[in-house]
Amino acid sequence: MHDKTLTELAAGLAAGEFTSRELTEHLLARIERLDGTLNSFITVTAEQALAAADAADAARARGEAGALTGVPVAIKDLFCTEGVLTTAGSRMLADFVSPYDATVVERLKAAGTVSLGKLNLDEFAMGSSNENSAFGAVKNPWDSRAVPGGSSGGSAAAVAAGLAPAAMGTDTGGSIRQPAAFCGITGLKPTYGRVSRWGIIAYASSLDQAGPMARSAADCALLMNAIAGHDHRDSTSVARGVPDYTEELAAPLAGLKIGLPREYFGDGLAPEVEAAVREAVKVYESLGATVREVSLPHTHYAIPAYYVIAPAEASSNLSRYDGVRFGHRCKNPSDLIDLYKRSRAEGFGEEVKRRILIGTHTLSEGFFDAYYKKAQQVRRLIRQDFLDAFEEVDVLMGPASPTPAFDLGANKDPVAMYLQDIYTIAVNLAGIPGISVPAGFAGGRPVGLQILGTHFAEPRLLNVAHQFQQATDWHLRRPELAEETA
Amino acid sequence: MQWETVIGLEVHVQLATRSKIFSGASTAFGAEPNTQACAVDLGLPGVLPVLNEQAVAMAVQFGLAIHAEIPEVSVFDRKNYFYPDLPKGYQTSQMYHPIVGPGEVEITLEDGSTRTIRVHHAHLEEDAGKSLHESFSDGMGHAMTGIDLNRAGTPLLEIVSEPDMRSAKEAAAYLKAIHSIVTYLGISDGNMAEGSMRCDVNVSVRPRGQETFGTRAEIKNVNSFRFVERAIEFEVERQIELIEDGGEVVQETRLYDPERDETRSMRTKEEANDYRYFPCPDLLPVVLDGAYVDHLRETLPELPADKRARFQDGLGLSAYDAGVLSASREMAEYFEAVKDACGDAKQAANWVQGELSGALNREGLAIGDSPVSARQLGELITRVMDDTINGKAAKQVFQALWNGQGESADAVIEAKGLKQVTDTAAIEAMIDQVIADSPAQVAQYRDAEPDKRGKMIGYFVGQVMKASRGTANPQQVNALLKEKLDALC
Amino acid sequence: MALEHADVLRAAHLARLGLTDDEAAHYQADLGRILEMVDRLQALDTEGVAPLAHPLDTTQRLRADEVTESDQRDRFQRSAPAVEQGLYLVPRVVE
Repeated sequence: MHDKTLTELAAGLAAGEFTSRELTEHLLARIERLDGTLNSFITVTAEQALAAADAADAARARGEAGALTGVPVAIKDLFCTEGVLTTAGSRMLADFVSPYDATVVERLKAAGTVSLGKLNLDEFAMGSSNENSAFGAVKNPWDSRAVPGGSSGGSAAAVAAGLAPAAMGTDTGGSIRQPAAFCGITGLKPTYGRVSRWGIIAYASSLDQAGPMARSAADCALLMNAIAGHDHRDSTSVARGVPDYTEELAAPLAGLKIGLPREYFGDGLAPEVEAAVREAVKVYESLGATVREVSLPHTHYAIPAYYVIAPAEASSNLSRYDGVRFGHRCKNPSDLIDLYKRSRAEGFGEEVKRRILIGTHTLSEGFFDAYYKKAQQVRRLIRQDFLDAFEEVDVLMGPASPTPAFDLGANKDPVAMYLQDIYTIAVNLAGIPGISVPAGFAGGRPVGLQILGTHFAEPRLLNVAHQFQQATDWHLRRPELAEETA
Repeated sequence: MQWETVIGLEVHVQLATRSKIFSGASTAFGAEPNTQACAVDLGLPGVLPVLNEQAVAMAVQFGLAIHAEIPEVSVFDRKNYFYPDLPKGYQTSQMYHPIVGPGEVEITLEDGSTRTIRVHHAHLEEDAGKSLHESFSDGMGHAMTGIDLNRAGTPLLEIVSEPDMRSAKEAAAYLKAIHSIVTYLGISDGNMAEGSMRCDVNVSVRPRGQETFGTRAEIKNVNSFRFVERAIEFEVERQIELIEDGGEVVQETRLYDPERDETRSMRTKEEANDYRYFPCPDLLPVVLDGAYVDHLRETLPELPADKRARFQDGLGLSAYDAGVLSASREMAEYFEAVKDACGDAKQAANWVQGELSGALNREGLAIGDSPVSARQLGELITRVMDDTINGKAAKQVFQALWNGQGESADAVIEAKGLKQVTDTAAIEAMIDQVIADSPAQVAQYRDAEPDKRGKMIGYFVGQVMKASRGTANPQQVNALLKEKLDALC
Repeated sequence: MALEHADVLRAAHLARLGLTDDEAAHYQADLGRILEMVDRLQALDTEGVAPLAHPLDTTQRLRADEVTESDQRDRFQRSAPAVEQGLYLVPRVVE
């Protein structure tokens, strides 16, 4: 049951092959058995999950089931969940029980899904390896020496390991697409503003976007139908009609124009990754697509611009964690400054502090124009690169990451780690959607093909990804977990 | 040396919206601590702001009232600093692109003269919460401060003037002008005691004739017209003394202590702030289209300056009267109702500013609480003008109405028998009696030089009025007395 | 732009992050290298390019002025470290 896609599970539930309770119990047992090693969950909400499963089964018995009724999912622990621990992977919020639900959580509940619990992540979504979690690193189900990627590392690992058929992630600089690539699953980062940010603990507000992580593009489409749409509580959420994301999945690709950005196939790209991506492109050609090279000339400025904008926003977004109204508070503060400084020093981990310091420095008097304003100007140039490219082609394709998953502990240098996100970060700066789909292996570790589209082109991206998955079976491969074979 | 004072004001006006600027929590004053602080106001993880349309409309109305430019685009920025009453660690404000551009406010001084003070801009921002320094302790004996965030997120319009004021009186007049504009517009209750209007005052001095400004001190959070004036007076004197003694004014923040009537430096162990302003990524640019602004312009009420001009030019009131009567919307509306009831603007002005204002002041009442209605007062004035009663009786009628001893002026006149005696025969009879009873005074009158007699007639008038219990028409009494006495000479 | 030890301490103070001297030295090295990477931006001519704050060219939506929230103090204060009489407590603030 745990190897099935969300689409298959939904069909099984609808056909009465199994109940939501049976499915949920099966997955909870798997989590219990396997997650001790993987560490993909921070909180498992078994009791609530079973109650939700029973409610879903009852709704189905009454004939009130929707497309996702009774389907289990798990949630990155960056989404606020009412009455459930919501930690953001930080010691700062180790005891924080949210008094309200994020819009995405609310919508998933309304769709009848069953939440299994909260998934591990890099602290406050800052990281590319999930090693920055106060709740310990997550292991890659394909190779326990490898990282699952980040920051939605727990989400990717749980789906890849068959602990949950789908998970919610967030993506600020690649945090859905890179871990999806590293763990061999499908992850969609929607257009900025397509999914509400209400209730998602903010990292960098102008870049953060939530999206589905699952076993197939069709699964992501089903989940998008549940979560996408305008939310009056989020000023940056777009008031624009929501299509049925499953509708275009089957459209043939003949005539599709694919662009390969020259800059995405340059120095630093692992040959095996490049080979897998070029192989995938050939599959598209066989499906009737045409391929040409394009240029995104400002690509190399994306990481510098991102490391001004994201830390600046983060430094401000994280000021609310001051030990006064919620979150960690140091013992016996001698005065107000001591309360602030010690609570924050104790509550935040190293990477979070690094980004707060960088953001604080670059926003300081005398530096604002040289850093922040400059980065915003560059941001416009980067977005224009994409808009220009989409004048010529329908989608862009390239690797999601220059390498497959690296070893735990291998990347000690923060700057080297940042540079790994070269293919994902510009997408957030431009606000366009991107999806990573499994496209092979390199040294036994999955490789992800990244497909990018223009603003609100999610239906097209899902269609292009789905057609690839009809022609290949990379997305159906499952890791052999040591505990299972033992 | 001759010194010139230079003053600029930053006035914070709480806008009278029902809900907060970025959340749906109530802005009502006086609730139990933290019961009106919702998830957004508390800055809980994951919450987001959505802008209140009424706060925008009110800010634009203010801008239109001061003839300001209303930029098409305005942007919210974050002002970053830590303080316990600031839940998110930043205040959402407008640093670079405020909602109201440059405008001007006309002020009226005590002598009735007017001046124009330029407004640099006005911007929207959120208020902070309140710190309560009561006797809390942490259980280990450390004193603690309690934080109430009910006020956090209340919309504020910060109105920043140019350094155009040259005296404490001008500053107070400017503050009054702002107060009257915002209350006319109904965008604030203007209640300074509850903190609905507070201001920061920038004060510096320079030798008269010098162009460059002196170093300024900022006096924070002054919350009454009187305190503004006194704080500036104290501060100006302090700065002049300091400079004349060879010292230098340091740029600093000071607090005004009304009890000691002095300003003192806020302890500045904290280094200069660095607020790290940047555009708030949770809010998008606010774009106001011309049609929207035009609509607001069309629905503006008549404003104090326009009303003052109409009172002066149209109704023929003095500059002073026009200024006083237009200072608040309630006062102006009351006055106009009295004027409409009696048909005479000058009489109405005299009564409203004289008898009525005196009584209100004595009892500490606002015009809205006056026990005498505008209709009652108008009728009373009518009865004076048509000679039904004389001035003295009118005061009695007013007092009776004030005390609730009658529904209308006519009812009081009737009940108290105050109707004026204008019957010449009746008055002559009283005069004859007085002359007959006052042989000594009549003799003195007769012996006096003709030009001294005018003064001496007062005695006889008083006697006649007394005899009539105040109801005789004083003009008639005067004329008839003069005639009869002169006939005796 | 080089980063001094004092810059780190200043940023840490502004951000109210307690740092030991060793930590400050460690961050100085990291931040220095991050800024070096960021300084690549300076090579690009951006004269006349309007800054982009949001990826979509949309404008702020306004909400109606309605009270939609009710008192939830007890729920919200369940996560609070120190509360008395409905107030959040902090070490005495000296004005």
